[in-house]
Amino acid sequence: MTTTSATQSAPSGASGEDRPELAAVGLGHGYGDNEVLGSIDFAVARGEFVCLVGPSGVGKSTLLRCLAGLQLPRRGSVQVKGVDMKAPVWGVAVVFQDYSRSLMPWSTVIDNVALPLVAAGTKKKDARVAVLEALEQVGLTRDAAEKYPWQLSGGMQQRVAIARALAYKPSVVLMDEPFASVDAQTRADLEDLMRELQRELDITVVLVTHDIDEAVYLSDRVVVLSGSPASVAEIVPIDLPRERDQITTKATPAFADARARIYGLIRRVPVDTHE
Amino acid sequence: MNARRLRAFGLELWLPVVLVAVWWFASAGSTSPYFPSLQSILAQFASDWLSPSATRNLLPSLELLASGYAIAVIVGGAVGVLLGTVRALEEATRPLLEILRAIPGVAVLPLFIVLLGIELPMKIALIAFGCVWPVLLNTIDGVRGIEPLLLDVAKSYKIGAARRLTSIILPGASPQIFAGARTALAIAIIIMVVAETVGGTGGIGYFLLTAERNFAITSMWGAIVALGLLGYILNILFRLLEGGVLRWHRLLQSRLEAQL
Repeated sequence: MTTTSATQSAPSGASGEDRPELAAVGLGHGYGDNEVLGSIDFAVARGEFVCLVGPSGVGKSTLLRCLAGLQLPRRGSVQVKGVDMKAPVWGVAVVFQDYSRSLMPWSTVIDNVALPLVAAGTKKKDARVAVLEALEQVGLTRDAAEKYPWQLSGGMQQRVAIARALAYKPSVVLMDEPFASVDAQTRADLEDLMRELQRELDITVVLVTHDIDEAVYLSDRVVVLSGSPASVAEIVPIDLPRERDQITTKATPAFADARARIYGLIRRVPVDTHE
Repeated sequence: MNARRLRAFGLELWLPVVLVAVWWFASAGSTSPYFPSLQSILAQFASDWLSPSATRNLLPSLELLASGYAIAVIVGGAVGVLLGTVRALEEATRPLLEILRAIPGVAVLPLFIVLLGIELPMKIALIAFGCVWPVLLNTIDGVRGIEPLLLDVAKSYKIGAARRLTSIILPGASPQIFAGARTALAIAIIIMVVAETVGGTGGIGYFLLTAERNFAITSMWGAIVALGLLGYILNILFRLLEGGVLRWHRLLQSRLEAQL
């Protein structure tokens, strides 16, 4: 297995354009005297599925907030198609871990998914079509669409959050530990759903997780973060076929190799666990 | 479900029924000029407040109440959203707000008379001043308590300020805004009566004062009954509105309680 260096740009074959869809360039951030992110460099090509992994407290969520434009980094920048990002941009959708807090409890599922579209001035009729399409893509019934999100199970609620991202017609979807709060079976279903949607809709996905198995299973490449302040330890390409299966793929030697490699990378650098 | 509602209704009703019955029989045949029989009070109440001429005193009261209360809710809500959003502003004004809200609404009556006279504008201002604080302070709390992750969602999906206000901030703060508005409603009725006793030519408070001065004690009792009923009816209307707007909140609360 080969590895690319941290600063090497994404494989050019994955995109017709030269510029990466999303890139962190010398990105550093911290809170007060606490430097969380040292200097992060990586680039994601169009249509790629990239996972960011690292131990708890390494600053993955801070990094994702910076990538989403919710947090301006102290140093360096985030670039979308080569342009510096100063605030959230159109076409970048975010799915947060805590679905119970990221969905509006006073709005039905339909209204939750429709809000970004309605706010953007989409006609009510067009918005409804887009919303129903997105709900169907994530496997939610019309019956569920009329309910309040908290009347649904956790896995269904996260599907609503994913539908909200899809209805926005994003080119990039950023996900912060999206499956950490659901049970194992639901988690596997949602992982397969995301891989399927990512390929079907040709979107770029950047997903933060602390789960190495999840990262390997989902990704085209895995960005391993470690250290304090955090830096990119290595970017590991995942040598697995595009068609993946929860049981057979995870039993292949390639999966085990990638898993062992990432595990080693995370363990090698002792991480400050004062969190 | 129906049996439960009937039971709840009965639980709510038995004590008032017993008290009214006690009052009725205890006061029957009363010769005291200060404590007329309930029968004569109700007869007087019916002729004063259930006849077409009742609108002469009822309408000015309702108009005054509605104007002052509406101003309080709108100003309290708007300033509350502003102070709840801009933290520095809230911290700077908090001591002032705490002092102002501690002043009983009727205590500023002399000041308002000096500044605004004794006509309708003064009365509206007095009600608005007395009612604005619970709405304002509750709205601040409600806005500050809005889930920060929802504001991140709004930011990342580029939801503009106006839409953020109507779709996230106001609905998110609505349980607290309603709690404040309900407290304000009770205050509004009190201040309305007091304001109407000043330089008035109409209204329930004016009627009450005139009855007392003319030694029409039965009419005075009737007006007190009318005030009690008015407050009760307004509270029922308020609950109906609240139940509709905050339906999601009630359902969510009962679900959360069921999970405990």
